[in-house]
Amino acid sequence: MAGAQSIATADPARKVHDPTHRTAPHVTIRGLSKRFSDTAIYDNFDFDIPRGKLISVFGPNGCGKSTLINMIAGLFPVDAGEILFDGQPVSKIRFGYVFQNYREAMFPWLRAFDNIAYPLRLMGVSKAERTARVEKLVAHLGVKIDLALYPYQLSGGQQQLVSIMRALIVEPEILFLDEPFSALDYEMTLFMREQLQRVFMETATTMVLVSHDLEEAVYLSDRILLLSRHPARAVEFVAYDAPRPRTLETMSEADFISTKAHCLDVFQREVRKG
Amino acid sequence: MKRLQPLLPFVGVAVLLAVWSLTVWLRVVDPVLLPSPVATFRAMWTGMTSGKLGLDFLKTVERTIYSTVIAAVIAIPLGILLGSSEKVYRSVEFLIDFFRSTPASAMFPLFLVLFGVGDRTKISVAAFGAALVILFNVAYGVMNARKTRILAARVMGASRLRVLWDVMLLESLPQTFVGLRNGVSLALVIVVVAEMFIGSTDGLGQRVFEAQQLFDMPDMYAAIFAAGALGYGLNLLFLTIERRFVHWSGK
Repeated sequence: MAGAQSIATADPARKVHDPTHRTAPHVTIRGLSKRFSDTAIYDNFDFDIPRGKLISVFGPNGCGKSTLINMIAGLFPVDAGEILFDGQPVSKIRFGYVFQNYREAMFPWLRAFDNIAYPLRLMGVSKAERTARVEKLVAHLGVKIDLALYPYQLSGGQQQLVSIMRALIVEPEILFLDEPFSALDYEMTLFMREQLQRVFMETATTMVLVSHDLEEAVYLSDRILLLSRHPARAVEFVAYDAPRPRTLETMSEADFISTKAHCLDVFQREVRKG
Repeated sequence: MKRLQPLLPFVGVAVLLAVWSLTVWLRVVDPVLLPSPVATFRAMWTGMTSGKLGLDFLKTVERTIYSTVIAAVIAIPLGILLGSSEKVYRSVEFLIDFFRSTPASAMFPLFLVLFGVGDRTKISVAAFGAALVILFNVAYGVMNARKTRILAARVMGASRLRVLWDVMLLESLPQTFVGLRNGVSLALVIVVVAEMFIGSTDGLGQRVFEAQQLFDMPDMYAAIFAAGALGYGLNLLFLTIERRFVHWSGK
C-alpha cells in the first residue's frame, strides 16, 4: 500500500482529501489539547485512525499513550479539540474497551458468562437473546474456557480473554486495548497475541492497541503510531503489511526486523530529545 | 504430624483447662472465688437446660439481634448514600467519627429519658452504637470501590444509578460484612452492660450480676461463658453468611 506512511500534519484539510487513503478514516481527531496540572500532554494534536485496521500506539514513557485512547473513548475529558467517529461523537457509537488490569475490570460476583453478557444487560437485551449471543461469540472465536466459573477461578490470560469477549459482545465499531497483555507472563502473552489476531481476522473491527512492547506492537499491527515526548506529536505512522495469520516465524522475517528496527530508531531519537 | 494439624485449635483450650484445674487443685486461689471447671460446666449445663440461664441467654440473643437488625436497616442504605458521594461523606465524617468514638454507655441516661426503663432503651442504645460502626464501614466500602471497575461499567454505558446498584453496592459487600460483624459484637457488649445496670429482670448481663451478688460463683462463670459463646457464635454466623454470599471476598 503506497503512501501509507502518512504523517499527521497541522493541515487537516489536506489530509482528509489525501487520495492515498482508500477509505474514509474511521476516527478523526482535530486540535486535541490536554494538560495535566502545568504539563501539556497534547497540544493541538491531529490524527486519523483508519477503518478496519489494527493500529498500535507506541512512544516514550509518560508521553500520553493511554491518555490518548482514554480521551478517544471518552473516559477522560479533553481540554479542547474534537474527536469524531464517522462524524459522530463517542456517545453515539458502540465501542469496546479492554483494561490492562483485568482483575479489577471484571466483576468477581458474576460468572464469566454473565460478565460477557453484562453489556447486553445494560442495553436491555432479553436473557434468552443474551445467552444466544454469548454462545454465538464463544463458538465464533472457538474459546475453550469454562464460562460457568467466576473470574477469580480463571488464569490471568483466561480472564483477559473473557474481558476481550465482554468488549466484543456488543459488536463494537471500534475496540480499544490499553496494554492488555502487560500483566501476563511471556508464555500467556504469546498465546493471547494469537487470540487477539484471530479475533481481529474474524471480526475486522478497528482496533487501537496501546503497547509498551515494540515486538508486540509491530507483530499485531497494520500501522504503528509513534508518538514523541509530550506535548505528543505523531512522529511517524509506520505501515507493516505482512500477511495474516502471522506466526512466530513472521518475527524472524526481514520485513518484520527492519520495521521493528526502524521504529526503535525513531523511538530512541525521541527519547534522547527529552 | 500432618494428621494432627486439625487438633491445633484445641491445644489452647486444653492448656487453659489444665492450668485452671491445677490452680483449683493446688488451692492457689480461694475455691469460693474460683470453682473447678467441672462445677462451672455443670452449672452451665443445668442452667441452660432447666434453669433460668437458658431464658436469659435467649433474651440477650433477642435484644442483640433486634438492635443489629435495626442498625443494619438504617445504616446500610444511609452508608451507601453517603459513600456514593465522597463530598457528602467528608461533610459528615466528623460527626460519624465523633459519635463512633463516644462510648455508647454514656448515652444510657439520655436514652432512659427518651424511652424509659425497659427493652426499648437497651435495644436503641445498642442499635445506635452498632449503626455508626456499620455506617462507617458501608460508606468506606462504597467509596473504596475499585475505580477501574466503575470505569469499566461506565465505559459499557451504565448510568450513575446502574453503577451504584451493579458495582458499588456489590463492591461494598465485603466491607459491609466487616461492619456487621463489628456491629453485632458491639451491640452484644452494650446489651449485656445495659442488662446489668438498667433495672433488668432478665438477660445474661443481669444473670452475671445477680450471681455475683449472691456469691454463686459457678453460676457467674457459667453466665460469662454463655455470653462468650454467644459472641463467638454470632461472629461465626456472620462469617458463614459472608462466605456464602460474598464468595469473591478477598479474591
